[in-house]
Amino acid sequence: MVAVFSQRVMGMLELSGVNSFYGKAHILRDLSFSIQAGEVVSLLGRNGAGKTTTVKTIMQLVRPDSGSVSFQGESLTRLPTHRVAKLGIGYVPEERRIFTDLTISENLEVGRQPPREGVFEWTEEILFDLFPNLAERRNNRGKALSGGEQQMLSIARTLMGNPRLLLLDEPSEGIAPVIVEQMAQTILKLKAEGLPVLLSEQNLHFARIVSDRAVIIEGGLKKYDGSFAELEAQPEIRDAYLSV
Amino acid sequence: MGLFIAQLLTGLANAATLFLVASGLSLIFGVTRIVNFAHGSFYMLGAFVGYSLMQVLPGAVGFWASVLLTGLIVGLIGVIVEMLVLRPVYRAPELFQLVATFGVILVIQDLTLMIWGAEDVLGPRAPGLKGIVRIMDEPVPTYDLALIALTPFVLFALWYLISRTRLGVLVRAATQDREMVAALGVNQAWLFTGVFFLGAGMAGLGGAIQLPKGGADLLMDFNILAAIFVVVVIGGMGSLPGAYIAAVLISVLNVFGVSYLPQSTLVLMFVVMAVVLTIRPYGLLGREEVVGEHGQVGEPERPIKPASGRARMMVGVLLVLLLALPMTGSHFLVILITDIIIFCLFAASLHFLLGLGGLVSFGHAAFFGGGAYVAGLLVIHAEAPMELAFLLAPLGAGLLAVIIGWLCLRLTGVYFAMLTLAMAQLLWSLVFQWDEFTGGDDGLVDVWPAGWLSEANSYFYFTAIVGVGGIILLRHIAHSPFGYALRASRDSQRQAEATGINTKRIQWMAFTLAGAMAGVAGALFVFSKGSVFPNEMEIAKSFDGLIVVFLGGVKTLSGGVVGAATLELVKDYLTRFEYWRLALGLLIIAVVVLAPYGIVGSFRKLFDRYRQPSEPETVAAESRQ
Repeated sequence: MVAVFSQRVMGMLELSGVNSFYGKAHILRDLSFSIQAGEVVSLLGRNGAGKTTTVKTIMQLVRPDSGSVSFQGESLTRLPTHRVAKLGIGYVPEERRIFTDLTISENLEVGRQPPREGVFEWTEEILFDLFPNLAERRNNRGKALSGGEQQMLSIARTLMGNPRLLLLDEPSEGIAPVIVEQMAQTILKLKAEGLPVLLSEQNLHFARIVSDRAVIIEGGLKKYDGSFAELEAQPEIRDAYLSV
Repeated sequence: MGLFIAQLLTGLANAATLFLVASGLSLIFGVTRIVNFAHGSFYMLGAFVGYSLMQVLPGAVGFWASVLLTGLIVGLIGVIVEMLVLRPVYRAPELFQLVATFGVILVIQDLTLMIWGAEDVLGPRAPGLKGIVRIMDEPVPTYDLALIALTPFVLFALWYLISRTRLGVLVRAATQDREMVAALGVNQAWLFTGVFFLGAGMAGLGGAIQLPKGGADLLMDFNILAAIFVVVVIGGMGSLPGAYIAAVLISVLNVFGVSYLPQSTLVLMFVVMAVVLTIRPYGLLGREEVVGEHGQVGEPERPIKPASGRARMMVGVLLVLLLALPMTGSHFLVILITDIIIFCLFAASLHFLLGLGGLVSFGHAAFFGGGAYVAGLLVIHAEAPMELAFLLAPLGAGLLAVIIGWLCLRLTGVYFAMLTLAMAQLLWSLVFQWDEFTGGDDGLVDVWPAGWLSEANSYFYFTAIVGVGGIILLRHIAHSPFGYALRASRDSQRQAEATGINTKRIQWMAFTLAGAMAGVAGALFVFSKGSVFPNEMEIAKSFDGLIVVFLGGVKTLSGGVVGAATLELVKDYLTRFEYWRLALGLLIIAVVVLAPYGIVGSFRKLFDRYRQPSEPETVAAESRQ
């Protein structure tokens, strides 16, 4: 193990030999990949490939049975979820899970964490600049928002925690193409700020616009890890693991 | 007119206590989803702690300092309870935490008895507020006016805390989705503890603040429990203004009830509740509970299988042993086992409703007591022969269940549970206050079985045949198409509806069947004791049923019976000691913490692990939580 690590730079986020289960179903199988500082990585795969489980395993919402997850050299394995978030990993869940009974401002308040050294410090006002739709409705309850607005709020809420790394689980799912376009712009802005992102996606077009690298999984096994340019050169991989 | 206003003011003053205690309960439920049955115990502790502090701290300053200190102390006791008892079981199956809070009730009851003794304590009058004010010639205690003036400030402070502070925002967010709150970096364990501190502290404040009006006694915990449940449900779960309005409504009606309809005081509260819930099923200011929200953890159900050959043989051997019991010649043993069989049948009927139907009823004793009273009343008033009374008892209990089931099944989850509790209390108060018909507190006596069953041994055989027969019948129904439909309705109401099952009707039938079976148990009971008293349908009896079903294991067919037999045996042994409640409470808490799947469920898990070492992941994943 040591020999393997010494050959390359230790990633900001490092998954190594992770095995995760849902009950008795074996979802992730010896999954290893890493994210470097400043990098946007897309985690691609079909429905049921294990993308969400990967993200949840990083957050320790799903506890891996074996293998390790570490962040900036610190092991996350078996840490309570709130401690993972406190270390600076921001999580935007697939179902958005905004607090529908709370106003937009209150939703942001739940996500607020103290400023972190060396990380961009988000405030409500900056986020309202980034997501003008939300600004107009800051005193509305979450349930009054459309699907796309809820997705924006979910991202904004997580950014209030001043994350060092952002986990986005299928943000384009069920969202109008115009909004997806807008979201791509947002992610590129975040990238420009130097925020690394793990983007779990099925929308290859969207993923290619925003990310530097692709990790493809199928049945919980890693099938590809490399640049989009190389992926383009290997259409058989795309056909085997991504096309519906 | 003067009297009217004076009474209105008394009602408003009484509402202060009720509101404080009820809003604490509502807060705790909102965030932790735990129906804290020990909330009445916190209230009782508040009264006793407040009393002791007021003995030490003199004057007006001392009085109010005592009240505040009491809130603090009881809040800290709540924290201890939360950390030691509830934290280990947050991940246990839904509602299992209930049983832990039952254990806490028992422990606090005996600790209070140990520290303060069995004597009722008269509360000290509040210094500076001892006098009366004449309003339109009617005397109104100054302290009442002080309470009335104080309550809006308490309401405002709470409202401010919940709607305007970060803590309040987090509490409301956690009410909706705990897991997401954790994923945003909030340590929800401390949030839970904080909420428990606040909720228990408010119950403590309520206990202390009512001292000049009431005092402190050992029955306070159960006495206020029904009232605060009613307030929370009428107001709407989680709504503070709703709780205030409901507290005022109940208290004011109660005061008027005492003067104009003294026979109805206990019933009145539940009538109001039934009316409100019929018009607004989720309370005055409550919102509909969304089923299956995020943050619920649970394991897939283990399918229930018909008994294997070996299991059948074991049951057969047990039955033969049972039938041979009278040959031991021990009169005591025969009586004890008769009691156990009756309780097992009662527990099995509740388990049928709870385990297979997923319908958590807090008021199942209504049907046990109902059956017993129907039989008893027939014998006493109609001079019916025992055989006829015995046949009509389950019919009567079943009819009650048809009516109560119709009313309650329009609601789901905790609202359903609360409404069943209220209905059972309604019935209890009817029986308790209708002296000339039911004998009231003195009960019905001289209800003996027919001549051919008058021997303890022959009645034992009768009980064994009817009781075991009833349990086997329930088990049989679990495996019938009706049983499948019932379980389907429990697991996914929508899907069951889509396959053509009328889920409400199925649940209604199950409720009725469970009620009738409890009625059979009640009839067996009344003829074995020769008497029945209102306490056979009170809250504590319903709780006993819930305890044994949960302790035995909700998700196993034999859970109810195993739990009932165990508890009766343990109780029989423990009640010989002075502080048996303390021992029983600690035992219950220990079982809950050590065996979070119930006795049968936990044994089965152990057995599974031993048999299938190749599947460590589920067990490992759970033990880690």
